[in-house]
Amino acid sequence: MLIGISLISFFIMHLAPGDITNNEAAFNPKASEESRQKLRELYNLDKPVIVQYGLWMKRMATLDFGNSFAGHRKPVFWQTIDKDGNVTKGMIQEALPITLIINILGLIITLALAVPLGIIAARKYGLWQDKSITLFNFIGFSIPGFWLSLLLMYWLGVMNDWFPISGLHSINYESLGTWGKIKDSFSHLFLPVVIPSVTGLAGITLFVKNGMLDVFHQDYITTARAKGLSEHKVVYTHALRNALLPLITIVGLSIPGLIGGSVIAETIFAIPGMGKLFYDAVMMRDFPVIMGILTIGSALTLLGNLIADIAYAWADPRVRRGVMRG
Amino acid sequence: MGKSLFLKALSNSLSKVGFIIIVGVFLLAMFAPLIAPYDPDNINVKAILLGPSWQHWMGTDGLGRDVLSRMLYGGRISLLVGLVAVGISTAIGILLGALAGYYRGWIDTFIMRLVDVMLSIPSFFLILAVIAFLTPSIVNVMIVIGLTSWMGVTRLVRAEFLSLTGREFVMASRTLGAKDARLIFTHLLPNSLTPIIVSSVLGVAGAVLMESGLSFLGLGVQAPQASWGNILTDGKDYIQFAWWLSLFPGLAILITVLGYNLLGEGLRDALDPRSNSSK
Repeated sequence: MLIGISLISFFIMHLAPGDITNNEAAFNPKASEESRQKLRELYNLDKPVIVQYGLWMKRMATLDFGNSFAGHRKPVFWQTIDKDGNVTKGMIQEALPITLIINILGLIITLALAVPLGIIAARKYGLWQDKSITLFNFIGFSIPGFWLSLLLMYWLGVMNDWFPISGLHSINYESLGTWGKIKDSFSHLFLPVVIPSVTGLAGITLFVKNGMLDVFHQDYITTARAKGLSEHKVVYTHALRNALLPLITIVGLSIPGLIGGSVIAETIFAIPGMGKLFYDAVMMRDFPVIMGILTIGSALTLLGNLIADIAYAWADPRVRRGVMRG
Repeated sequence: MGKSLFLKALSNSLSKVGFIIIVGVFLLAMFAPLIAPYDPDNINVKAILLGPSWQHWMGTDGLGRDVLSRMLYGGRISLLVGLVAVGISTAIGILLGALAGYYRGWIDTFIMRLVDVMLSIPSFFLILAVIAFLTPSIVNVMIVIGLTSWMGVTRLVRAEFLSLTGREFVMASRTLGAKDARLIFTHLLPNSLTPIIVSSVLGVAGAVLMESGLSFLGLGVQAPQASWGNILTDGKDYIQFAWWLSLFPGLAILITVLGYNLLGEGLRDALDPRSNSSK
């Protein structure tokens, strides 16, 4: 899998017309053909593509994604320490935690809202509660997230000045006390976290609703009702647990979408996460960064799927027994 | 079969609403040159950032261009990109899915691995990366969205083919000596058409959203050509003074995508015998 991903991200880069050295040389009128040749040798661009891929894979194996082409030459993935003991932090190292925190918080909010909504829609199937939730879902599916972001940013940030509209911290962040820092971070994160979770809500709600409806038709629910259990007990202890199982997989599958979606959200709110990093890298044709993020992003997706599989096995005794038997 | 299917689908109220929305949007876009009150690219320095009024129903933008006219012309682009991109992805999906589902064996394994790999790369990253190296243009946007969204259709077609090849009528045809091509094109494909149609309709919704997102980031349709996404980008810069620049293009995207989603879901409901019986 990883090899396939690395192949694709590598060859996309080589589909690119022109020559990386064009960019570096374009800003320097004195750059001669000779110095460009030297640059090409430096980045091994004079070698055949297959050799380049081999070299890249070799460095990848040691998690070395090279340095950015941008002026600061920061390492793409992880920090490096030079001979004087100066630490240069990696670009992905700095950006990844931010994106992860935002997405995990967003996911928690989504689940916290979607599960109750889905249950209501399933219990009141066909009634006005279900219909209004369905309508809400359709709008949630169709609304462009960046447009919602813009409107909310305008309404809450510009018109009412309730929330700051960009960045992670205020300018005076360092001077604030611990509580002030927490409050500051919270208000900066509020919009970027809430908006994607609202747009993600629709899919999960629909999923919970359909899962509950399926479960309601099962024999054991009829049995539970026939035993005279309270509706509350039937819904929350018998039905819900079974309906939520497939949700684990869906959450796992939604990870690439979340990571990808962070590009627009982070660009709008000027948050220095993976999405913004990627957007800037694309704009500057910063190959090592683009390739690094593509690879890390895909690796995260695989990791997410793996965690989802493990969680599923843990939650579902049938699968667990199957795994134990091997 | 085609006509009755269509009528059946339209008896569903969801798809009726969706269908009306889409037809409406298409008519507006198609007759844009007749309806648009101004030339969409006409810069008028005397009418910069005017709010909605009788002269300019949706106001004017930072260069004094009429937003309504730009919206109508932009609609043509957005709809075109959606349709062509889905056409491309559906064609690839049918081809690969048919190969995998019909021939199985190593072809199947290879194609499914490819699908897995493509699915695990965050698609928006992939699209951005590819598009950044091509020059951003309408044609490239259509091709790239098409080339990065065929995986769902491939899985769908493969699953249909796998389940259909075991059915009696296919076996009968094969025993009678039908060739591969005949089996695929006269038996398997027509019978898997329903889910393909549903998924393409929903796919158009996704492609329209994707195009507007790309154009919003400045990597899609390029100015001065209008698309709903890049009108919104302009709107972002003027959001403090000119709300109309952000509101209308977003609403247009929302309504169009909603139309496709309603139609797609409605079709799914109407054509899927299982969901009918549960009602």
